[in-house]
Amino acid sequence: MTRPHALTLDDLIQVLRASAGADDDVDLGGDVADVTFESLGYDSLALLETVGAVERTHGISVDESAAAEAPTPRALLGVLNEALAAAPTR
Amino acid sequence: MSTAVTGLSVVAPTGLGVADYWAATLGGGSAIGPLTRFDAGRYPSRLAGQITGFEAADHLPDKLLPQTDRMTRLALTAADWAIADAGLTDRALSPFDVGVITASASGGFEFGQDELRKLWSAGSRHVSAYQSFAWFYAVNSGQISIRGGFKGPSGVVVGEQAGGLDALAQARRQIRRGIPAVVSGGVDASLCPWGWVAQLASGRISTGADPTRAYLPFDTAADGHVPGEGGAILVLEDAAAARARGRRVYGEIAGYGATFDPRPGPGRTSALRAAIDVALRDSGAAPGEVDVVFADGAAVPELDRAEAAALRAVFGVRGVPVALPKAGTGRLYSGGGPVDVAAALLSLRDGVIPPAPHVRPDPGHGLDLVVGASRPATLRTALVLARGHHGFNSALVLRR
Repeated sequence: MTRPHALTLDDLIQVLRASAGADDDVDLGGDVADVTFESLGYDSLALLETVGAVERTHGISVDESAAAEAPTPRALLGVLNEALAAAPTR
Repeated sequence: MSTAVTGLSVVAPTGLGVADYWAATLGGGSAIGPLTRFDAGRYPSRLAGQITGFEAADHLPDKLLPQTDRMTRLALTAADWAIADAGLTDRALSPFDVGVITASASGGFEFGQDELRKLWSAGSRHVSAYQSFAWFYAVNSGQISIRGGFKGPSGVVVGEQAGGLDALAQARRQIRRGIPAVVSGGVDASLCPWGWVAQLASGRISTGADPTRAYLPFDTAADGHVPGEGGAILVLEDAAAARARGRRVYGEIAGYGATFDPRPGPGRTSALRAAIDVALRDSGAAPGEVDVVFADGAAVPELDRAEAAALRAVFGVRGVPVALPKAGTGRLYSGGGPVDVAAALLSLRDGVIPPAPHVRPDPGHGLDLVVGASRPATLRTALVLARGHHGFNSALVLRR
């Protein structure tokens, strides 16, 4: 019975890459927590796909509109980790 | 005002890129062989014209891979090549100066099949968000437009195998309205189980096992066609403007005609001849001025007879050389017409007609089919024909 660990920026970047790829001219390895998804080259569908992957992996349900409105990785991590914390332990 | 082709690219089973495709085509090359993309062992038809050696990641950014079907990856790659060939990005064009008009006959079947499988086996949460567009007819136009930043008049034309010519005709209309450039053509690739059963439903797919005897238009052994994958993307511009800039022009789209067949029944005959007549009238060319015809070549006996009758009615018995390089690729659906247009333009450029591989013409059709070896000829005007399942007939006249 473990509660899933909170996701880190690295975790999120990894899921983003796997779900939606990455622009060749964007450095996702740097500190991008407060860089907008728009400047990172991700649109709303990329985020939907990414959030879906997190939901499937962790068996959680994320507030779709809150996730869609998250402008940066830090904001999205907040939404995702809130959902993870609220999930029943397993 | 006439419309010129200034950029050209082909992604075909017989070659990726114009140079490879044309070399293979002039040599009478065929890529028809066993279907290996999936286990086709339990299907009645097991041959296809497959593109081999295409690695999408070698041509496209990583970001486009999760959201694209194979046909879109091929179309995007072909569009990159055609746009570079035309030198389109070297010009100071506004985004609204360039349109994208492609044809599609299937959509992204393989992508769609994978997502439907996830839907039924794992549930809706497992379906990719990109399913929202990756499967649909207009996706190739959309992705080419996004990648190039092209915001001019854009869309998709659906008319099965005839659609590729219809898309080029629609692009020509936009050029005539003053749009400086349109990226056009068509690419289909649906060699997956879902795409395969959809094709089999036409009842026109060859069940032969011998790759050299499976797709034989106008042959006494004609017994259906072999599906292939691929197509061609072309860049169209106003001819005078392109020449004024010193651009090389492959040729002009001089005429177009499209008709629809009547409902099947006694005495109701194909409207293909009318499409040819309309296209010739539109081009101002008399039948005697046409130097080569790239035929539709359905390889269904009744359809071959109808096409041969139309050609004899317009040009006379053995009145014009007939080219069928598609016998080496299989039918490419929306990609078929544009590949034939590319082949016709290359024929006009080089003064040579490619041979139809494997075909032994039935003399009863009264056609001068080019077989065996490529035929040198003085060529100025070419006619390309394409018919789509359920009654589409399209004809395009090209002039050097």
